[in-house]
Amino acid sequence: MLVIRCPWCSERDQTEFSYHGEAHIARPATPMDRTDEQWGDYLFFRSNTRGPHRERWLHAAGCRRWFNLLRDTATGRILAVYRPDEPPPAATAG
Amino acid sequence: MHKHSFLDLLRHGLAGNRTWPRMWRTPEPKPEYDVVIVGGGGHGLATAYYLAREHGVRNVAVLEKGWLGGGNTARNTTIIRSNYLQDPSAALYDFSIRLWEGLSAELGFNVMFSQRGVIHLAHSLHDLHEIQRRGNAIHLNGVDSEFLDPAQIRRMLPSMNLDCRFPVLGALHQKRGGVARHDAVAWGYARGADAHGVDIIQRCEVLGFRTRGGTVTGVETTRGFIGARVVGCAVAAASGVLATMAGFRLPLETSPLQAFVSEPVRPFLDHVVMSNAIHLYVSQSGKGELVMGAGSDPYVSYAQRGSFDQVELAVRALLELFPSLSRLRFMRQWAGNCDITADRSPIISGTPVRNLFFNCGWGTGGFKATPASGFVFAHCLARGTPHPLAEPFGMERFHSGALIDEGAAATVAH
Repeated sequence: MLVIRCPWCSERDQTEFSYHGEAHIARPATPMDRTDEQWGDYLFFRSNTRGPHRERWLHAAGCRRWFNLLRDTATGRILAVYRPDEPPPAATAG
Repeated sequence: MHKHSFLDLLRHGLAGNRTWPRMWRTPEPKPEYDVVIVGGGGHGLATAYYLAREHGVRNVAVLEKGWLGGGNTARNTTIIRSNYLQDPSAALYDFSIRLWEGLSAELGFNVMFSQRGVIHLAHSLHDLHEIQRRGNAIHLNGVDSEFLDPAQIRRMLPSMNLDCRFPVLGALHQKRGGVARHDAVAWGYARGADAHGVDIIQRCEVLGFRTRGGTVTGVETTRGFIGARVVGCAVAAASGVLATMAGFRLPLETSPLQAFVSEPVRPFLDHVVMSNAIHLYVSQSGKGELVMGAGSDPYVSYAQRGSFDQVELAVRALLELFPSLSRLRFMRQWAGNCDITADRSPIISGTPVRNLFFNCGWGTGGFKATPASGFVFAHCLARGTPHPLAEPFGMERFHSGALIDEGAAATVAH
């Protein structure tokens, strides 16, 4: 189980948080212009990285605010925590 | 292929069991094969076996990074059932049960397939509606299933507490479902494939693919380059990593799912019991151990270990239904990495690279499908076109929108 440092609260058990998938996937601004391939890619295809992975979390049972983690999916080690308004750190951070 | 017999047992037994032949060879990789299968788990080995037996393709290698059946084949709770909601799933998984039914005899190797029945509990009116809808859909697909009322359940599972916090109101029972011996499945298929001339090469990790003009020509491995006209990957959670090597993405993500085994106790549970509502799946092995699984961790991870909170939830569910087990000790705990798709259905498909095929996305429920998965993937590798049963499971469904949604209909959802 992860211990996550919420950028607005402090260190809490992962059970207080909910996971919301890979970060920085923008919804297409003009969905009607997209092909089925582009729309399917946006909905279902993910990097599924083995290594540093940028992902969205919500402090669901806490402050209910969103933030991002850079986490190594091979080891579980959290490399960086950053708010949605902060630029994503390099994959080598931590 | 040599079939074991009573005479064998007697002869080798009298010789102190030191004279049994090796079950498969340990060959050096050849420079080139007709088909290279990446992944020496149940699915990869079954694919090799059916390639040789059904299609006469024998110049085949199975490359395994570690040892045979050491990944998810050894890490699941060995439950076998085919009570799926959607037509393509019912067809594929029920074909698998039919192969399981004849597998020990066919392979000459006891896979210990025990059709003890799978009982899926309903704890609310909604659950009852769900099992009735699914049960009727299953009936229409010619798959066996029957409804049980609480009195019937009490007779079949006298040790279970039906009057728990969310009382058991009914159940769906698939009599042909059950469990099998996980190692034996991998070993039986390996032995069968080897007897047909397939080279099984362990401790050989694939590091990349070599392509020419968008067509795969072989794999780079820790034991050098191995040429291949066709490459098939059956590598479960490593699918994403291999796809990245080949230059494309897959519509799946990897999460760990854990399971436990208790100390052995006397036989008291002669069915597989599953509950979606309180999230439990448990059976008792031939040795008397309870084999049970937890939930998958909700985030991407290749760590091959699960979270403690999932352990607590699983044990809580077990004790709700079986309070008498409160002093039972667990002996082992582990996790397997599951390649989970959005619709919780597998991908048996060609890829953007010609002659490179993937069989993946079995997620948390691939063990039951081992024989069918190998059978249809072998067809795909031998002919270059999908087997009729595998046609709906192509990767293009994530672009066309023809998903096979088993997310809500899994007997235990992950």
